[in-house]
Parts: sequence; C-alpha cells; structure tokens
Amino acid sequence: MVELTLPKNSRMVTGKTWPKPANTKNLRKFSIYRWNPDDGKNPQVDTYFVDMDSCGPMVLDALIKIKNEIDPTLTFRRSCREGICGSCAMNIDGINTLACIYGMDEIKGDVKIYPLPHMPVVKDLIPDLTNFYAQHASIMPWLETKTNRPAKEWKQSIEDRKKLDGLYECVMCASCSTSCPSYWWNSDRYLGPAALLHAYRWIIDSRDEATGERLDQLDDPFKLYRCHTIMNCTNTCPKGLNPAKSIAEIKKMMVQRAV
Amino acid sequence: MSFITDRKRVDGLGSSHSGVGHWMSQRVTSIALIPLSLMFLFPFIRVLGADHAVILQTYAHPYHALVAVMFFIVLSMHLQQGLQVVIEDYIHGHRKRIGLLIANKLFWGGVAVIAAFAIAKIAFSA
Repeated sequence: MVELTLPKNSRMVTGKTWPKPANTKNLRKFSIYRWNPDDGKNPQVDTYFVDMDSCGPMVLDALIKIKNEIDPTLTFRRSCREGICGSCAMNIDGINTLACIYGMDEIKGDVKIYPLPHMPVVKDLIPDLTNFYAQHASIMPWLETKTNRPAKEWKQSIEDRKKLDGLYECVMCASCSTSCPSYWWNSDRYLGPAALLHAYRWIIDSRDEATGERLDQLDDPFKLYRCHTIMNCTNTCPKGLNPAKSIAEIKKMMVQRAV
Repeated sequence: MSFITDRKRVDGLGSSHSGVGHWMSQRVTSIALIPLSLMFLFPFIRVLGADHAVILQTYAHPYHALVAVMFFIVLSMHLQQGLQVVIEDYIHGHRKRIGLLIANKLFWGGVAVIAAFAIAKIAFSA
C-alpha cells in the first residue's frame, strides 16, 4: 500500500552533532541517517564535520574517514571502492548511487546521506536486500540450454555478444529498484528494474534456449507490468545503464509473440 | 508464523500468464482515441449551444451517431483500463482490490451502455 507518511517508529529525529576536528580550515558538514536496532530509539540524523584537506574526493572516502577518526559505530557496506562490487549503494544528496564513485564536488552545500529508500534497514546505512536478491534468483540468472552440451563451448558471434553490452555491467547495487515508485508500493510482487534488466540479459542471449519460458514467467500484471516507464531507474543508475529500455524490450517481445 | 524462504515468497503463486493483453489493449485504445476524439469533438463543439433541434438533427446522421458511440465505448474501455492500473498499483489487500476492480468495470461499462443508448435513441427517433 502507498505509504505517504513514515510509521511512528521510523520517523527521523535530529541526532547528535559530533565535535568539529581541531586545527582545520576546510570543513564540510555531513548529515547522516543513523538507526540502531538494539537501542529501541527512532532513527536520527547525526551531523559530522570532515576536514576536506585530508579527505579523498569521493563520498565513501568521507564515510571511511568519519568511521576511522570520528565515530567508529557508523555502519555501512563497502568493499571495492571502485564501483564494481555494488556494496556501497546509498541515497546521497537525494540520489541513489554508489558512494565510492560519487564525487563530493558534485554536491552543493551539506552532504546528506540516507540508506536506499523504502527498504527495511538493518542498521544505519545498510538496507536489507534479501527480497531483492531472491527476485534476482527468481529470473534464473544463468544460461539455460536444451541442446546437448557442445564438445568445446557455446559459440556466440561478435554481433550477438554486443547485444549484452549495457546489460552485463549491472553490479546489483539496487539503486534502480529502490528509486522506483512501483517497486516501493509493490516490491512483494513486482520484480523491479534490476531483476528485469537481468531477465532481459538472458532473454536476448543468443546461446540461451529458455527464451519462451523466461517470457512466460514474466507475463504477469505484477511481475513485469507494474513498470509504468517512470524512468527513475535509468536516471539513477550509477553505472549509466538503462533498465527502463530493457523492460520496454521485454514488453515488445511479449507483443511480438502474441500477435 | 511461517518459515517460508525468501525465494518462495518472491515466486508466490507464479506467473498468471496474462498482462500482455491488457497492456496491448491500453495502447490500442489510446491510439484509437486520437482520431476518434478529433472526429467526435469537432462536430460536438460546432453544435455546442445550438438549438435542440439542430443537435438532434446532427446526431441523427449515421456518421455522427456512429462516431459518438465508438468514441464513448473506446473512451470507457481506456479509462477502465487506466483506472485498473491505478487500483492495482495502490490498493493492497485482495478483497478490497477485487471489489474495486469489479466496481471499476461496472462503472465504465455502465457509462458506455448509457452513452450508446442515449445516442441510439436520438439517432432512431429523429
């Protein structure tokens, strides 16, 4: 159901303002969402000040600096720090993106950091992505074949391989799905842009032999057709991919096999 | 309390194998409404405010009567399909949703039937 207001225990309050580091000239203010499942309190927005003269250029650099030097309890996921693992997806300055490849020079004023929207929060900036991953698994993200396995390999032409460009790069960071209003209201039944982009990646793979079954599985008012081409997914994708186009292509194939 | 896995929750009852029909019909009716709206609205605006007899005479003509009937039928179909999407998006709870979906179909079906009857009455009695 549409939720226009947050539940009582999810409403944010102003949190702690952490002391400014001493002997610094170039300070930047960070407002960061905090929630601890163990203390029974409402989520709060803490304020931190970071010395930009001794900080790397990306938002993740600042988060790591805060964790190392100011507040070791600040909790977030991170791993590769180069936009390939998808761990550090969060809402920065109102946009779902990867903290490691989002430069602080792109943000005007204070830096506001929240977890990905409309997901259950595990702690601080960490959303629970269990449902998201299960949706990805449900589209069978692997090569399905019926022909006997060839002696060497499944061959693919250069042209057919090119069709996978713009699809295989997805790192499953969940920025797109959690930016989609349809996903906010119906994530229990709508698969969301990330899972559908992956579905399309296998539907158009020239080696895959389960195209019909894959389309069958998606032909559903909720699984696929909750997409109303809002385009938030494409706008927000930190990898510059176009999930909305993948979904449109799936819809075109549905028509193609029906008429 | 139920210990079902996330995968089972996501798969739910599986695909309904429907959805493409509704999607196509929504597109077809929206495209059909472009010429139909123009064909209906131009004569309609021309006779708007004219004498009762002139209006009756206009819609007694088979062309205007048929265009008007088609316009209201296709418009009702399109609005019914559009509202269905809104209900499916925003109304959760199986019973409430089914109730509203039925009410939506009945309402727009009613609008189409009433419009068609009214125009037929004019066309056949003039």
